[in-house]
Amino acid sequence: MSAALKPEAPAPLVRARDLTVRFVNRDATVHAVNGVDLDLAQGEVLCLLGESGSGKSVTLRALMKLLPRQAKVGGSIEVAGRDVQAMSEGQLADFRGGDIAMIFQEPMTALDPVFTIGRQIAEAVQRHEGVSRSAADARALELLELVQIPSAKRRLAAYPHELSGGLRQRAMIAVALACKPKLLLADEPTTALDATVQIQVLLLLRELQEKLGMGVIFVTHDLGVAGEIADRVAVMYAGRVVEEAAIGPFMGGPMHPYAQGLLGATVHPSMRGKRLTTIPGAPPSLEKEPTSCAFAPRCPTAEPACLAGVPPARLVRPDRMARCIRIPAA
Amino acid sequence: MTALTQAPDRGGPAQPLLEVTGLVKHFPIHGGLLGRQVATVRAVDGVSLTIRKGETLGIVGESGCGKSTTARLLMRLLDPDAGEMVFDGEQVGGTDQTGGVTLRDYRRQVQMVFQDSYASLNPRLTIEETIAFSPQVHGVSGREARERAHELLAAVGLAPAQFARRYPHEVSGGQRQRINIARALALQPRLVILDEPVSALDKSVEAQVLNLLVDLKEKFGLTYAFISHDLNVVQYISDRVLVMYLGQVAEQGPVEEIYERPAHPYTRALLASRPSMDPAKRRTAPPLTGDPPNPVNPPSGCRFRTRCTLAEDVCAQRVPVAAPLSAGHEAACHAVMPGSGHSAAPRIAA
Ligand SMILES: Nc1ncnc2c1ncn2[C@@H]1O[C@H](COP(=O)(O)OP(=O)(O)OP(=O)(O)O)[C@@H](O)[C@H]1O
Ligand SMILES: Nc1ncnc2c1ncn2[C@@H]1O[C@H](COP(=O)(O)OP(=O)(O)OP(=O)(O)O)[C@@H](O)[C@H]1O
Ligand SMILES: [Mg+2]
Ligand SMILES: [Mg+2]
Repeated sequence: MSAALKPEAPAPLVRARDLTVRFVNRDATVHAVNGVDLDLAQGEVLCLLGESGSGKSVTLRALMKLLPRQAKVGGSIEVAGRDVQAMSEGQLADFRGGDIAMIFQEPMTALDPVFTIGRQIAEAVQRHEGVSRSAADARALELLELVQIPSAKRRLAAYPHELSGGLRQRAMIAVALACKPKLLLADEPTTALDATVQIQVLLLLRELQEKLGMGVIFVTHDLGVAGEIADRVAVMYAGRVVEEAAIGPFMGGPMHPYAQGLLGATVHPSMRGKRLTTIPGAPPSLEKEPTSCAFAPRCPTAEPACLAGVPPARLVRPDRMARCIRIPAA
Repeated sequence: MTALTQAPDRGGPAQPLLEVTGLVKHFPIHGGLLGRQVATVRAVDGVSLTIRKGETLGIVGESGCGKSTTARLLMRLLDPDAGEMVFDGEQVGGTDQTGGVTLRDYRRQVQMVFQDSYASLNPRLTIEETIAFSPQVHGVSGREARERAHELLAAVGLAPAQFARRYPHEVSGGQRQRINIARALALQPRLVILDEPVSALDKSVEAQVLNLLVDLKEKFGLTYAFISHDLNVVQYISDRVLVMYLGQVAEQGPVEEIYERPAHPYTRALLASRPSMDPAKRRTAPPLTGDPPNPVNPPSGCRFRTRCTLAEDVCAQRVPVAAPLSAGHEAACHAVMPGSGHSAAPRIAA
């Protein structure tokens, strides 16, 4: 699908085909990701949007081969031309933090509470670049300045708990950027922040992404956030991408009924005094892999044919993909 | 009055439901080997506010500015260090001798819903037991409390036959938040304090819960204090809005005034931080930079001055008082206070 969107793209930074992830436990199986194709060009920002449980975080972790052992991963994943599935532990260690890095919603999960910020960044630099300790320390200072931490020099000696939420988020970004990754994976890095800090961190990420020419995959459930940072969005539902489009046209009017529901339910200044539109029902349990349109039971426009099979990914506009049989093809 | 009927209105419609003046809460920080007090966090430092009957007061402000502490003080989960609270015309914390409303009675009339829907439910109680718990503590029979629980489940849109016997881990996040709301309503409160009630929810579920809150308010004659960092949600749900900065009130007023004519530089920066919702007109510079000052050692004078583009000498020298701007709209800023000495302040008419 996105391959079809950009047939001329040279060597994509990320290319995933028919990615599946299932969690197999003794008493149940969760079909978390059910055939996702993703392409990301160098220097491009893709936002993954979607309902809680739709598989956004699991998709991101699969790209980094960072899933627990009971996860069964299928399909192919290439990042920077390398086959991620085939990597050995040693190669993975190199790959993570070298080609690819990840930031999270809760920075405390990524920062070690017993080491200073400066030590953690320098450590990451030394591990991957094998430079001397003093060179790594100098680079740590550069990185804190890069993420615009005020009084960076003093902050090198700070422990994570001594920083405010916004500064911690910046410190985590600095750790992630320590080895100049080509691809940055961001899992809701601004969701826990208040409005003034959120916009600071978003603008910072955008600036760094442009400066360093990084590709970014950014998970969010906030359309406003996507509007500030994305080049393209992919909307997930029940483990599949149901719509993919450039950000401008998408915000102008989503085409898949789930994406329309999502936009309709997003509280907006003009809605004061009006009843909010909601999406009735709940997302499906993923104990079985959905064999028809997973959104059909909640869809205002569903028809019997929607239950006949999984809707194929189709181009509904020259530059837009949707999985919905009711949308006429381009 | 039994535990299952709402306490009657005493002061009439013009009497505010809750009037708070000069509320203060400082937290001691202990340190060193002996655990001596080494500093004080001035979490809430002189907050005055009014909640009128039947309205929704939205409360916004940066993380750490004291919103949740204020909520806990309003609930009297925390004892204030200073300040007065008057509920429907009666002093809160009274005794038979002094008059006023006792804490026990007050706590029944004021209930709270927290952000973390999971942590605030007891995992070992079924949903009907959870909702029936407080009424039983207040002397309602088990059967009656259970009936009431079923009514409330229906009122929050959860079929009792399906949900009453389930445990918290057997329902979704949005459903858990509905259960929290049902539980808060079990004692027929008059005031409900909602601390980030939709922040952990999906957008589609958030919309359901907001619609529900609007319906319940009408149905049960409720008054809300609604804390959120989502400025669009606050605009949607509030009649009036209170903006806090570092333990104090920066500005308050009717929702249209605050969103269309914000007067305090902090409020303006806050509103300008909202995403543009238009990828063709993205934000280019953050409206507010720098870190919030430490509430252990707040700046002299106006607490916002260290990050304010309008700051002048007077801002460091004197604490701004609330300047009235229009009916019910006031801002604590020297730049809008007539005669404050700030170069942008309106002149006092002779
Ligand atoms: N380790 C695991 N074992 C079993 N199931 C899992 C595991 N991790 C995730 N899942 C399930 O996989 C599905 C997808 O989860 P994922 O975390 O990707 O959702 P998400 O889209 O990131 O949601 P959110 O917006 O809530 O973060 C969910 O149903 C989740 O419960
Ligand atoms: N029990 C406590 N002991 C010491 N300090 C506390 C305590 N509770 C809160 N604080 C401090 O008081 C200040 C106000 O905290 P509060 O939780 O009220 O902020 P908030 O506005 O609700 O923030 P958020 O938006 O992050 O929820 C913060 O500096 C916080 O660290
Ligand atoms: Mg996730
Ligand atoms: Mg709080």
